[in-house]
Amino acid sequence: MNAIEIKHLTKSYGKARGIVDLSLTVAEGECFGFIGPNGAGKSTTIRTLLGFIQPTAGSASVFGKDIGKDSEAIRAFTGYLPSEAQFYHGMRVSEILKLSADLQGADCREESGLLCERLQLDTTRKADDLSFGNRKKVAIVCALQHKPKLLVLDEPTSGLDPLMQHAFFDIIRERNAAGDTVFLSSHILSEIEHNCTRAAVIREGAVIACDSVSALAGKKAKRVTLRGDMLSSLSDRLTALSGVKNLTETGKATQFFFDGHVPELMRLLAEAEVPDVTMAEPELEEIFMHFYTE
Amino acid sequence: MVLLKHELKRGRKSLLIWTLAISAFLVICVFLFPEMKGMMGDVGDIFAEMGSFTKAFGMDQLDFGTFQGYYGIECGNVLGIGGALFAALTGIFALAKEEGNHTAEFLFAHPITRSRAVAEKALAVFLQILICNAVVLVLSLASIAAIGETIFWKELLLLHLAFLLLQLEIAGICFGISACLHRNNAGIGLGLALVFYCLNLMANISESAKALKYVTPFSYAEAADIMRDGALQPRYLAPGMCFLCVGVLAAFLVYRKKDLR
Repeated sequence: MNAIEIKHLTKSYGKARGIVDLSLTVAEGECFGFIGPNGAGKSTTIRTLLGFIQPTAGSASVFGKDIGKDSEAIRAFTGYLPSEAQFYHGMRVSEILKLSADLQGADCREESGLLCERLQLDTTRKADDLSFGNRKKVAIVCALQHKPKLLVLDEPTSGLDPLMQHAFFDIIRERNAAGDTVFLSSHILSEIEHNCTRAAVIREGAVIACDSVSALAGKKAKRVTLRGDMLSSLSDRLTALSGVKNLTETGKATQFFFDGHVPELMRLLAEAEVPDVTMAEPELEEIFMHFYTE
Repeated sequence: MVLLKHELKRGRKSLLIWTLAISAFLVICVFLFPEMKGMMGDVGDIFAEMGSFTKAFGMDQLDFGTFQGYYGIECGNVLGIGGALFAALTGIFALAKEEGNHTAEFLFAHPITRSRAVAEKALAVFLQILICNAVVLVLSLASIAAIGETIFWKELLLLHLAFLLLQLEIAGICFGISACLHRNNAGIGLGLALVFYCLNLMANISESAKALKYVTPFSYAEAADIMRDGALQPRYLAPGMCFLCVGVLAAFLVYRKKDLR
């Protein structure tokens, strides 16, 4: 069964765009990345899935449950981490965690204790007095303490320091390894690159690419950088070579993506006596910029 | 019932303050009566001769010199206005505060249906108003006993019942409005309560404005009518209870499909 199935989902706010005809499938047990800049529609998609807002058109289901009819059943097995966590005024962290567990109808004391320890969260403090990062930790425990089989994380690491980000992703990876499905929405590409197997890129409310992270990052294509004086004479021969893309020349450096026959490229470079060659896998970031600057 | 418990816990400070404030004013009024009684002979005549003002507060029918008349008028003002404001605020905040305080995402990330949330919140509003009125009634009875006046049970209980229903009606209407709001808006609630109060004064003063009695809940809580008839006026009570039901029903319908911000 698919964990998430979104079919032609559209949400418009009056004249403003939310998401347009968005389709997406996340398999059970997958760690799925949802990439896009602010305002692309990531949160709108999540909020529709969880029933905070009603879709204008289209449908979606989570573990076979319809988002319109079975919203509370979906929320019973989903842990949602909002991008900006807000709690009731005047409540202590321990009271918030207890309220959340009660609303889930579960006794989460043991799991909650473990999570608080790992995230170094002081439960005796008032949530109002906490920093943004510490409030985020409270939200993380709320999202995870009832051991949901689906984790929906909306910009999970904003506000967390690098050590805590590390601790957080350790927990997420453990949960994922144990079989839980993770839907990770973020504009931080390294998070997606390091944690997800598949990802979708969303732009202006529509999915513009959806594939495995390695495919999105163009695993076969290498980023090649050449440095030296002889480059201007070489560029014609390079462009003629099959598999060369996005060739750019800046001063004494030439950069391009290459997914052709490597020995052929090596021969050409050897003949031209290029003194400095770097070949690397492109970062997801470069692919991302490519999608967004088109 | 987790949300109900949570709501009552969150509302307890406001409940305590309003209950104490209303009770204190009412008890003070009762304790002032023995002192006033001596002077009332003249003052009562003066109050009865002030034209529109007299009619507005029902003092043309109630005798300010007797305890029953005095209590009817004072209770109408203290419990009427105080209770109406408390009910309006409790009702108008009930649903809107989740979005106003940005806690809607937290609440509805949990497996609770919108209908259940509305039901438990409505129940919380109802219980808070009930508790407030019960405490006010008990303290009022105690203070009447303390000054040695005889308790006119039937009229007094009817009067308090009328004010309870009035508060429930205002809270119900505000609850319905609350479902449509995306942020806290105390102004709408307080404004509505005061407009209702003024509509009744206008209806009391002018014959041509009598129809307003069907709109405002203060009509069936008119002390003069209750003291005279020994009953609430069904023709004013019936539309009022309809407004209450419409308000609560509207809250369910609107909130079920509402886009939360």
